[in-house]
Amino acid sequence: MSQSRKILARHVGRELLEPGELVEAPVDLVLANDITAPLAIEVFEKLGRENVFDRDKVVLVLDHFTPNRDIASAEQCAFIRRFAHKYGVNHFYDAGEVGIEHVLLPEEGLIKPGNLVVGADSHTCTYGALGAFATGMGSTDIGAAMATGKAWFRAPEAINVNVSGKPRRWVGGKDLILFLIGKLGVDGATYRSLEFSGDGISRISVDGRLSAANMAVEAGAKNGLFPVDGLTVEYLREAGVTAEPALSEPDDYGYALEVDIDLDGIEPQVALPHLPSNSVGVSESPNVKLDQVVIGSCTNGRMEDMRLAAEIMRGKHVAPGLRLIIIPGSPRIYRRSMDEGLFEVFLETGAIISPPTCGPCLGGHMGILASGEKALSTTNRNFAGRMGHRHSEVYLSGPAVAAASAITGTITDPGEIV
Amino acid sequence: MSGAVMEGKAHKLGDHVNTDMIISATYLVTIDPVELGSHLLESHDPEFVAKMSPGDVLVGGVNFGSGSSREHAPVAIKGAGISCVIASSFARIFYRNAINVGLPILESAEASEAIADGDDIKVDLAVGTIEDMTNGKKVSFPAYPEFMQRLIDEGGLINYLLKQDA
Ligand code: SF4
Repeated sequence: MSQSRKILARHVGRELLEPGELVEAPVDLVLANDITAPLAIEVFEKLGRENVFDRDKVVLVLDHFTPNRDIASAEQCAFIRRFAHKYGVNHFYDAGEVGIEHVLLPEEGLIKPGNLVVGADSHTCTYGALGAFATGMGSTDIGAAMATGKAWFRAPEAINVNVSGKPRRWVGGKDLILFLIGKLGVDGATYRSLEFSGDGISRISVDGRLSAANMAVEAGAKNGLFPVDGLTVEYLREAGVTAEPALSEPDDYGYALEVDIDLDGIEPQVALPHLPSNSVGVSESPNVKLDQVVIGSCTNGRMEDMRLAAEIMRGKHVAPGLRLIIIPGSPRIYRRSMDEGLFEVFLETGAIISPPTCGPCLGGHMGILASGEKALSTTNRNFAGRMGHRHSEVYLSGPAVAAASAITGTITDPGEIV
Repeated sequence: MSGAVMEGKAHKLGDHVNTDMIISATYLVTIDPVELGSHLLESHDPEFVAKMSPGDVLVGGVNFGSGSSREHAPVAIKGAGISCVIASSFARIFYRNAINVGLPILESAEASEAIADGDDIKVDLAVGTIEDMTNGKKVSFPAYPEFMQRLIDEGGLINYLLKQDA
C-alpha cells in the first residue's frame, strides 16, 4: 500500500485502504491564509459552532497581501484578526511574525511525520517533504474542518518516483521537480500521490525536498511524500520536533505508475511560459532579456536558497536596469540571512530585499510586471498573467539559475559565471 | 436552480484553464460573488463579462481549474451568471470546490469536442444530457447521484448540511 494511504488508513483506524475508497478522517492541522480564510470563516460561522474544533490545530497566516497592500486587503486581515481573537486561535501569524505559510509551518515545528494536514491553499502539499500527508482544499472544506476537525478524502492511487544518482553542481530539489513535471505534464498526477523513494533522495537537502513537494500540485497531484531520513530528523530537531527515521521502502503493489529519475542526467531546469511543465535544461533555454528576477516564495525562499544566491552573486552586480527582488520566506530566515552577511552581498549586488510575503508570486504586490515584461522567478507557477499583466512572461527556475541570470540579464547557467 | 435544465451560449476555452485565468489574484480581496464575477476571465479577455449573458456555459478542454485552491474561482463563475461548466477533465481541488459551492460541472470529452464557440447549449442535469442545439449533437453523461443533485439545488455543501441538521 502506498505510504500516503498508510497515513490515511492509520487516521481512520484501518489496516488497508483501497484506492478510490471514501473516508472521513480526523485531521491534525487545518490551515488558511489571508485570501482563503475569509470564505472559510463565513462557512464556519454558518455552521453555528461555539468553538473551533481545537485552538492549537487551526493555523491562520496573513502572508499574501501583507503588509496590507490596500484597503480591501486590510479589511480582510482585520476580519481574520477578529476571528482569531474571538476563538482564541493559538497559531495566528500576524505583523512581524508573518512568514510565507509553507516556509513558516515546518520551521515552527507544526508539521510532524505521519500527520494529516489540510489547508485552504494548493501548496499545502509542501509538508509531504517531512513525511506528512498534506493536501490543499477549498475554503468550504476548510471552514467545515475548522468546525469539525474532519475532512473527506478519496484514498489516492500513487506514483512511485524512484530517484537515483548524484545531482551535479547547482542542481537541487527544484530542478528535480521541474524535470518530473516536464515528464508527467501538468495533469499527469491528477488525484494521485507523488511518492519519492530511492537512494538519490539522501542527496537532496530538506529545503530542496520542501521545494519539490511544494510543486507536486503542479503535476495535478493530491500530495507529494518523501521518506523520513536522518536529514529530516535533523531538520525537525531544529524545529523542536522529535522524530524517528522511517525509511520505508515502497511496497511492491499499489502504485499506478513508476517513474525513474537519475539525478546525474539532470541539468539545472527552466520552465518556459506559460506552464510549469514546459521545462528544459538551462542550456536549451532561449536567450531572453529579463526585466525582473524574483528569488523567494514557498518554493525557494528558504535558507539554502538565500545562501546559494549569495554565493553566486558575491562581488558581482545585477545587469543594468534589471530588478532583482529577494524575499526571505520567514522572519527567521530574514534574520539569519542578515546575521550571515547575505544581505550585505544582496545589497552590494543591487537587489531589493522584501519582507517575508507572497508578494509578486501571485501578482499580489511588490513586483508586478508590465505588459511585455519578462521575469525569471523561483516561484512555482508561470501561468499567463500570474505575476502581472496578461501579456507578461514568467520563466521558472531554482535559485542558482535565477541568481546567475540576474547578473547577466538573460537566462544563464550558473556554471558560466562562477 | 429548479428543474435543473439550463440553456445558454457556449464560451469555448482551451486546455488547462487555470484559476489565475478564471479570477486574477489581484481581486481576491473580496468574497462577494457578484463583485468577483465582474472580473471573470478578465486576464483571458478583458471584454469577457460584457460579451456573456446569464445562463451561458463555459466549455473547456483537459485539466479545467488547475492551479490554486481559491474557491473564488467557481464562486466568480457562478457570480457572473454562468450556469454550468463542461470540460474534458477537471483539476482535483476545483472539482471539489465547484460541487461545494453549487456550481454544476460536467466531465465529458465528447461534449467538449463537439461544441463550438457560440453554439446554443441545453443541459439537463436530471436526465444527464448535453445538447448542442446549433449542430444537433446530443451527448449523455451519467446523471448526478441524487445527493449531489440536491447539494447543487441547495446552492452548495453548507446549505445542504444545514438543511440536514434541521
Ligand atoms: S508564495 Fe506563492 S505559491 Fe506560495 S503560498 Fe504564497 S502565493 Fe502561494
